[in-house]
Amino acid sequence: MYQYNDFDKAFLAERNKQFRAQVERRIDGSLTEEEFRPLRLMNGLYLQLHAYMLRVAIPYGTLNGAQMDTLALLAEKWDKGYGHFTTRQNIQYNWPKLKDVPDMLDALGEVSMHAIQTSGNTIRNVTADHFAGSAADEIADPRPVAELIRQWSTDHPEFQALPRKFKIAVSGARENDRAVVKAHDIGVYLVNNDAGELGYQIIVGGGLGRTPMIGKVLKDWVSQDDLLSYLEATVSVWNLLGRRDNKYKARIKITVHEHGIEEIRERVEERYKAIRPTFQGFDVELFNEIKTHFAAPAYRNVPTDAYDAAYGDDAMFRSWADTNLTAHKQADYAIVTISLKKHGETPGDATAAQMRAMADIARKYGHDELRISHEQNVILPNVHKADLPAVYEELKAHDLQTANIGLISDIIACPGMDYCALATARSIPVAQGISSRFEELKLEHDIGHLQIKISGCINACGHHHVGHIGILGLDRAGVENYQITLGGDATNTAEVGGRVGPGFAYDEIVPAVERIVMAYLELREGPEETFLETYRRLGLAVFKPYIYPEAQAAA
Amino acid sequence: MPRAFTPKVITANHLLEGDVIYMTDAGAWTRNLAEAALLTDEADADLRLIEAQQQKDVTVGAYLADAKAGDDGRPEPTHFREEFRRTGPSNYFHGKQAEA
Repeated sequence: MYQYNDFDKAFLAERNKQFRAQVERRIDGSLTEEEFRPLRLMNGLYLQLHAYMLRVAIPYGTLNGAQMDTLALLAEKWDKGYGHFTTRQNIQYNWPKLKDVPDMLDALGEVSMHAIQTSGNTIRNVTADHFAGSAADEIADPRPVAELIRQWSTDHPEFQALPRKFKIAVSGARENDRAVVKAHDIGVYLVNNDAGELGYQIIVGGGLGRTPMIGKVLKDWVSQDDLLSYLEATVSVWNLLGRRDNKYKARIKITVHEHGIEEIRERVEERYKAIRPTFQGFDVELFNEIKTHFAAPAYRNVPTDAYDAAYGDDAMFRSWADTNLTAHKQADYAIVTISLKKHGETPGDATAAQMRAMADIARKYGHDELRISHEQNVILPNVHKADLPAVYEELKAHDLQTANIGLISDIIACPGMDYCALATARSIPVAQGISSRFEELKLEHDIGHLQIKISGCINACGHHHVGHIGILGLDRAGVENYQITLGGDATNTAEVGGRVGPGFAYDEIVPAVERIVMAYLELREGPEETFLETYRRLGLAVFKPYIYPEAQAAA
Repeated sequence: MPRAFTPKVITANHLLEGDVIYMTDAGAWTRNLAEAALLTDEADADLRLIEAQQQKDVTVGAYLADAKAGDDGRPEPTHFREEFRRTGPSNYFHGKQAEA
């Protein structure tokens, strides 16, 4: 993991001191809300429906046990005993008081964490594949370059007042994208060129929200030496060209759409040529230094008998292992996904006690590493198979053993109108309703891989456009109403789902989802055909009569 | 034809606590919607909103929210957003519902 150096520590301490003074000036009346608002947003502090909300960055979703312990401390000391992990690998606290926020930031600073640029019109927290460094299918670990991008973009003087927010994601597994790279302003895939040299493919203009777009290839291969200057050129072109007259048209996806990818590419090349000479190799030196922080852990070499025995004897353990483990690049290791999606509970929430338990397990069995996924779960990226039965038992003791990763109850849901000031409807209770219903039906393992993603407004924090089943909550004439999209895909074959038809009332949405899933079970060619495959084979027309049976009866 | 004025309450978030507050008849602040002033005169509502927005050491984002008189004559929300603001989230027993 990246370790802060003296410069990083001093920078963060100074920034926290600055913000403390800004909060004091707001409280004593020297700053108006209009003056204070951009300052608090630059430091991750929102004012939501019921309270302030502090969004803390977890850069590329990577943290260690001590950092997770501090997240627990914040939840306990300054919040209501829990935190909410988000689709940008961040954590949000829903109930802080304004005067406490500087203390919260100081506590985070103690463990090299912050909330800088988790909001505002800046380059936001860089996200990455949550299996980075451990996945069997990646060509290289994307975390060093994610850290490089984090350092470059943090407090970058040219990019503090962008036309709108700007999000970057990185993955080392292009053929198995787990970071929704193509739905980002800039997506970066680690790729080899024809000569076998490692570099980066740059995707631009992806994004969800009001106008969902899948990103386009801006450049097929950029070398390590040229990466930061190329990224800087891209953001710089957009910074000048991006629309500031209408915030709904300000994101780079609209700029690319309006000007065309060819013109954007030409402008980026031109800008790149102009600024490339100003990058004199320090970025490459820095990258090489950063890389040393991400050496693989000292893997253990012990027999896996304990795992094999538990797998054979304990059906509950076997179900969890089959559902929540992913192949590790080391054959006798596994990647463990801890589900924060217990049936009927709030997706992505963890209590302080659960956070501490996960930190302890990571220290004992996981080389002190944890990850947060954009799917709102927690990952132990490096667990020896021999330790899996013990890990499972400890998870069970903290109610963290839900075996549902990738299944219908592993739902992404934004906070929605239960917390968010922008929301037009609730998301969380819809997720709770769906996961409870399918738990009752005991069907989810038969249904297999199915991603439901729910947003409580058009801004799409819940990624509904790329859910196999997407749900968007709207306010229709003063009543919550939910639109369904089908066929979305968040992977390397990314696709925006299509709207099925009229929306559903709050009490109709769970039954509507149930009808869609029952139709799939009836229509699939066999258990090996996933929901998405069946939907792609048959299309909306075949599903529609199941979704709107009354319309069918009336016809 | 301009739309007829419908009853309103003045609401905001509290600067320090961040929670939802409402203006009372006396121009003070309460955390309980039932104690808020239900404003039926547009000119009066606009003037009081300006007063609320000027109290920068207390309020953030003051606005006029639609409300109606309940059976007891006290204000009640007409929209679900205001219902959540006066109650708290639906996934946990937190916020105003827990403080009442």
